[in-house]
Amino acid sequence: MPKWITQVGCPYCGSSCDDIECLVSDDGKKILETRNACVIGNEIFHHVSSPDRPKRPRMRQPDGSMKEVTYDEAVDYTAKALIKAKKPLIYGFGSTNCEGMSAVARVAERAGAVLDNCASICHGPSFLAIFDNGYPSCTLGEVKNRADVVLFWGCNPMHAHPRHTSRYSIFPRGFFTTKGQMQRTIISIDPRETDTAKLADYHFMLNQGHDYELFDAFRTVLRGHDIPAEVAGCKREMILEAAEKMKNARFVMIFFGMGCTHTDGRNHNVDIAISLTRDLNTHTKASIMAMRGHYNIAGPGQVWSWQFGFPYCIDLSKGTRAHMNPGETSSVDLAMRDEVDCFVNVGTDAGAHWPIAAIKHVKKHPVITVDPNICMASEIADLHVPVRVVGVEEPGVVYRMDNVPIQFKKVIDGPEGVPSDEEFFDKVYTRMCELTQTEPIWVHVKEHAKASSSLEH
Amino acid sequence: MATITLKPFKTPELIIECNNITPDAFAGKTPAEIAELEIFEGKVREKLGDFFSVTGSSGKTAAETDILIDGDCSRVKYIGSKMTAGTITVNGNADMYVGGWMKGGKIHVKGNVDSFCGIAMEGGEIEVDGNAGNYVGCAYRGDWRGMRGGTIHIHGNAGNDIGTFMLGGTIIIDKNAFIHVSTHAEGGTVVIKGDVEGRVGGQMVKGDIYVFGNVQYMLPGFKEIDRVRKEIAGESATFRQYIGDLGERHPKSKGKEIYANLYVKASA
Repeated sequence: MPKWITQVGCPYCGSSCDDIECLVSDDGKKILETRNACVIGNEIFHHVSSPDRPKRPRMRQPDGSMKEVTYDEAVDYTAKALIKAKKPLIYGFGSTNCEGMSAVARVAERAGAVLDNCASICHGPSFLAIFDNGYPSCTLGEVKNRADVVLFWGCNPMHAHPRHTSRYSIFPRGFFTTKGQMQRTIISIDPRETDTAKLADYHFMLNQGHDYELFDAFRTVLRGHDIPAEVAGCKREMILEAAEKMKNARFVMIFFGMGCTHTDGRNHNVDIAISLTRDLNTHTKASIMAMRGHYNIAGPGQVWSWQFGFPYCIDLSKGTRAHMNPGETSSVDLAMRDEVDCFVNVGTDAGAHWPIAAIKHVKKHPVITVDPNICMASEIADLHVPVRVVGVEEPGVVYRMDNVPIQFKKVIDGPEGVPSDEEFFDKVYTRMCELTQTEPIWVHVKEHAKASSSLEH
Repeated sequence: MATITLKPFKTPELIIECNNITPDAFAGKTPAEIAELEIFEGKVREKLGDFFSVTGSSGKTAAETDILIDGDCSRVKYIGSKMTAGTITVNGNADMYVGGWMKGGKIHVKGNVDSFCGIAMEGGEIEVDGNAGNYVGCAYRGDWRGMRGGTIHIHGNAGNDIGTFMLGGTIIIDKNAFIHVSTHAEGGTVVIKGDVEGRVGGQMVKGDIYVFGNVQYMLPGFKEIDRVRKEIAGESATFRQYIGDLGERHPKSKGKEIYANLYVKASA
């Protein structure tokens, strides 16, 4: 009898839904049906059973073709490439668990690499703003239960986070928001009329790239000063009206996305949004949250901040002295300036997301892709290592966009002999230590931790 | 004054990090000792002498030491960072962090510099004949104490983020700048002799900005209050005086709020 597995976590967007139900075949190897997932999440659960999925590493041959190799050969190649490189770059982690991120960080430290995640081309500027100005944030549960004015600034959850609006931000009925959507005022700030903007009570169709001016206008109004008749293409009357709505709200929630972090000014757009949130708190309660893209892209920020003190763009080439300065140590800048000589892409698709010029630069050196699927990054790589899919074939801890950790489940068994990210990179670490004749201290630490936790139980 | 001449003879494969190219590190050392100084190419430790020929002699102290780099340093980071005295002249371009965290002395780059020139600078003088990248005289990430003193003079254009979190000192850009000038600043003076696209003085608390050209997009938090005649950076002109950023917090002195000033040259 096929069996329903409940409370499954969805390995797609930053909402990290944990209420998915999967119907699993008798042999526990195939997902037949899903409930509650959005159309994209549903696709991910079915995709794992695809017959085209690679199940062994493939290495580029001198004639340009790809040939299957064993996992041991892949481990050896990766370890040697990382040791040989003067400044390797390890990038990705949009789609893996914290255990995998931690394992890769141990390898990066051993390799003297630069460790970066997709935030570098996504919400990295938000981190910089948070460093500069703090992060008055909350959890999505608080948004659901309290928020009665919700701003979507430069983000479009109707497409990018399909269940965000129904679970947390627009439609749900919460403890203090019993009337759901009827009780909420939605403000969308976007140069395009997105599907989220269509749902909004106010849509500020601002001039593209002028978010900073509009934020400054809101702040100026909140402090009782006058503003020009038009700011960033938006009328003063509308700004005054929306500012009044925010002042009189019980709880204002600001969600921001790529429209703030990847238009001119970047971190400054988020910085002033945080200042606006602080200003609003003199009138009412207000909070702000980054619309993180992937289900565990908040994970590396948590894991690596704990390991190294920085969330992304971490230059570990000087051993124990970690250095971080996006603009210099950020992946695309490193690539464009020819500052790296080995590239490892883990659980993301740099081939699809990076500027083509940056990819051309890294292609001068060994490129290794560790990802369950065939993607553009796997097709340009010198070595492609398939791994198990986290959240479907591999359990683990993930951090939701509000930095709440969630334990994801394993739903079905992975293909035989295919390791998880963690297993693969632990082997790379051990092999690097063998090759350099050093003590694999982290392996000992892990074994010790495992032994002591089994004693406790 | 004793001069040490460095002549680059090899282009690094990656980019080299030379925190040791400062009068402080060179003072009291022979050329052979200087050639042994440690530099980094990624994780690989190398010697200054692997990339530069070293000739001349150094002074006893940093203040008595001049460094001449006779060649292109487009792939050399941290020239003159944390220096306290003496001079450095670069006959060519330089990469990131020229004069970063600098406390004294003088750096003259005859070509262009990349980003983070004069980051968190405390004193001394930087002169760049060409253009500068982004983050001229800005703060280090997460630090609310940016440039505190000294002068940066860029004769060409500069990018974005000039004088972020600035507390003191002077930055002069002879040509144009892009966006974000003196963001979050609580002091200091920035002079831009050309045009700026916008976001001049965003979240600015105190300090002065002078723009001789045009500000394409003015922030709504700045209000025109006066016309004044001022002399700055060797030029005298009539400026429209704005105060702001009205959206930001401002300290009070004798019961009156203190604002940052933005002076934009009035058209004749």
